[in-house]
Amino acid sequence: MAGAKTNRVNLTEKDYRGGESTMCKGCGHDAISASVIRAFFESGIDPRKVIKLSGIGCSSKTPAYFLSQSFGFNTIHGRMSAVATGANLANHTLIPVGVSGDGDTSAIGLGNFCHMVRRNVNITYIVENNGVYGLTKGQFSATADKGSLMKGGKINELPPIDIAELAINLGATYVARSFSGDRKQLSPLIQGAFAHRGSAILDVLSPCVTFNNHEGSTKSLQYIKDHLDPLHDLDFIPHFENIEVDYEEGTDHQVTLHDGSHITLHKLRERYEPTNKENALKAIHGSVAEGKFLTGLIYYDGESPDLATAMDLCDTPLASLGQDELQPSAKLLDEINAQLMK
Amino acid sequence: MPAINDLNICVATENGSGSASSNNVLFKSIFKMGIPCSSKNMFPSNIQGLPTWYQIRACGDGYSGRKDVIDIMVMFNDVTAAQDIRRVRDGGVIIYDDSKPLPAQLKRDGVQYVGVPANKLVQDNMEASPLRVKQRNMVYVGAVAKLFGIEWEIIQEVLRDTFGNKPAVIESNLLCIDLGYRYVEEKGTKQDIGLLKAIPGGNQGKIITEGNTACALGAIYGGVTLVAWYPITPSSSLAESIEHYLPRLRKRTDGKASYAIVQAEDEIAAAGMVIGGGWAGARSMTSTSGPGLSLMNETIGLSYFAEIPSVFFIIQRGGPSTGLPTRTQQADILSMYYCSHGDTRHIILIPHDMRSSFDLSRRSFDYAERFQTPVFIMMDLDLGMNLWSSEPLKLEAEPFDRGKLLSAKDLEKLEGKFRRYFDLDGDGIPQRTVPGTPHPKAAYFTRGSGHDDDAKYSEDEKDYKATLDRLARKLDTARGAVPKPIVEMSQGVKAGFICFGSSYEATREARDRLSAQGQKTNHLLLRALPLTEEVRKFMVANDVVYLVEQNRDGQMAAIFKAEWPDLGMKIISVLLYDGLPATAGGIVKQIKEYQSSLGKEVKPWPVQRPIASI
Repeated sequence: MAGAKTNRVNLTEKDYRGGESTMCKGCGHDAISASVIRAFFESGIDPRKVIKLSGIGCSSKTPAYFLSQSFGFNTIHGRMSAVATGANLANHTLIPVGVSGDGDTSAIGLGNFCHMVRRNVNITYIVENNGVYGLTKGQFSATADKGSLMKGGKINELPPIDIAELAINLGATYVARSFSGDRKQLSPLIQGAFAHRGSAILDVLSPCVTFNNHEGSTKSLQYIKDHLDPLHDLDFIPHFENIEVDYEEGTDHQVTLHDGSHITLHKLRERYEPTNKENALKAIHGSVAEGKFLTGLIYYDGESPDLATAMDLCDTPLASLGQDELQPSAKLLDEINAQLMK
Repeated sequence: MPAINDLNICVATENGSGSASSNNVLFKSIFKMGIPCSSKNMFPSNIQGLPTWYQIRACGDGYSGRKDVIDIMVMFNDVTAAQDIRRVRDGGVIIYDDSKPLPAQLKRDGVQYVGVPANKLVQDNMEASPLRVKQRNMVYVGAVAKLFGIEWEIIQEVLRDTFGNKPAVIESNLLCIDLGYRYVEEKGTKQDIGLLKAIPGGNQGKIITEGNTACALGAIYGGVTLVAWYPITPSSSLAESIEHYLPRLRKRTDGKASYAIVQAEDEIAAAGMVIGGGWAGARSMTSTSGPGLSLMNETIGLSYFAEIPSVFFIIQRGGPSTGLPTRTQQADILSMYYCSHGDTRHIILIPHDMRSSFDLSRRSFDYAERFQTPVFIMMDLDLGMNLWSSEPLKLEAEPFDRGKLLSAKDLEKLEGKFRRYFDLDGDGIPQRTVPGTPHPKAAYFTRGSGHDDDAKYSEDEKDYKATLDRLARKLDTARGAVPKPIVEMSQGVKAGFICFGSSYEATREARDRLSAQGQKTNHLLLRALPLTEEVRKFMVANDVVYLVEQNRDGQMAAIFKAEWPDLGMKIISVLLYDGLPATAGGIVKQIKEYQSSLGKEVKPWPVQRPIASI
């Protein structure tokens, strides 16, 4: 496409696209894929340095629909967090982006998700949250709100798991919530997650237009739109760009990310500092009490090291180490033999 | 006093009472005398207070399988004493603590009782200490040593080797051992069996280790970089051993780590991490036992179908369910071979001693990368956790085999596109790239769902069937590459044994016993699955094949029968499944029973083998 805008690695936004989507028309997941594409393009990331991982479910199909030049891995139901942990340790120089659903993350894979977060594995982990199982045709998931109505009329009697709240409690170092339809908010949040080194959890409300878009559902497109509760407007300023953003001392808040990029948060109500865990949890609880969905960068911790750093892995990816670096000498084996003779 | 060199000493104690240390001293002392020896630890799934038995076999003939009968019982656990007195063979010796008189019900005929007042000796001679129970256990080491001819200097040497940098510990242990030693000496107590006789240079150059340690070292020498594991008996010591040795063996000048070890939250996660690591190009492994393997099934299926190298060490224990977590079995063979739903068969490497544990463990990563598939190392508790003496571990100078792994340079030379699952060479093994390869042709999409030769999602019936057929072809290619069996054939002999893993030593001894009775047999030591041509030839060449395995259902026999239905009819399964390490006697007994059932004249087998004298 002649004349199309290119980024710092000389790629157009189109270069970040993937295969044709097989989602239902109007599915929130497609909108999220578009935001992922935008975020990668804007951040000027080389797709060959990216690995895309997912579990099983509608959302987990989507990595095939963006970044066709990247390695992708559609793993098994609920286990992407574990597989991503292994892949990250094998090659910590790659940029992992994981896509999961609410069933994948909050039900079958909850345990593995918790421990990935606890370990602060470096990943951008997007939960495409619609409160239902799509591929198996409309059962409630563990994020369905209490009192929400299933398409057939069944009422959900159980309280939901709040993925953002859970992630904060478990020690996630970058926690955001957004809405598939709000690219202006979602795309910079994803860019921020790329720039962050650690578990960046994005709980993204993404209406299922086929099984959960009816009157009485608290995850329908209309319901979500009517109940969004944004904390702030935000801008992402990549480290390689020298842009001045309106920044009002005392009212705005700036977060510096590991690669030197910034996120500027422009307050919409009271000033919100995302680095305070207690406040973050309070904000979520307050919003839930009002039946709203709190969105924005809810929590940020730039201090905790990610797993690969904590393990002090060598600069060369483990996957690239050769026999000369991995196989100890025969002499050392003789020494061990001598110890075992005692 | 005759010199005897086939003694089975059983020490009955409570676990958590420090008997591991005293047993270790006793075992190593006999080893230092140059007598071939092995030990079997029958321990409970418990931390403290339950019965535990430790058997040391000293055997001049070098058999290191568990001995059928117990010659000497160190009866130091009141709770099991009533059973323990009956475990000793007629003519055997029972050493007991006679600080208190022996209750009448613990007396039996046909054995010799030797009382050593260990409790009293410790109380009278040692300062009060919380270590008293442990000190009491050291007393029997001294008593056994004096009774059976283990020299004092050897015990001192073992203590120095064991507690080298802790002179106070050496001193206090020596004091306790001396109490038992001197008591027997001063009382002039003798037993009627005989004395152990040192074999000068007998164990020269031999090492003593456990299979789990040998496997751990093998993994390190095989270039493992990612270990993800979840604690489970009897596999934990394998991962812990890697953790122990890696920092010592892989020191880097930059001080950083060339490996990642993750204690996962469960076996599902451990397997997931291994698959993630293997996919991204790291040599990745886990170790577990039956229950963990059950949890890993789905992930192993992914590794098979998406063709991701991964290595699984399975240290088998008694199943099903929790079963007997601290006892040995070979009952997860089918679980491994057909692991996962759907049509799957896997490569399994089967060590039978310490050297092969090291060697096959090292090479497992080559197999995994060459065949882009999960590879199992089939171990069991007996091999993995008991002490075995062995020739030193040996490193063969071989380059790592990374299989058809394409680098950016390879991709540059490649005509046309890179086709991840295309059978270019007709051997079922496609080419592979790993994430991070800096070439535009490198990337592809990995999935456990249906895919075509180009790794595209496909539900097309032709693509699906072609993939399954190619994977079967790949397994056939593996038949020609997995470790060959070790075969021993004699002219004119038409009966053969097949065994594998920890049954090897007991089978070797059983064959010698049969041979001494005039029944010569052929032998095949199976070292891998899938079955190879050499195994088929062995099946053809023999009229009857005794297949020894440690499970109830003849799991390995089932694989043979599925593979070669007509040859499978020659198999007579010899099945050992009480959770204890295999014995020659157990094997011989079943063969005699089988032969009797045919109505043949069979010489009755003496229940007890006379003690060998040298």
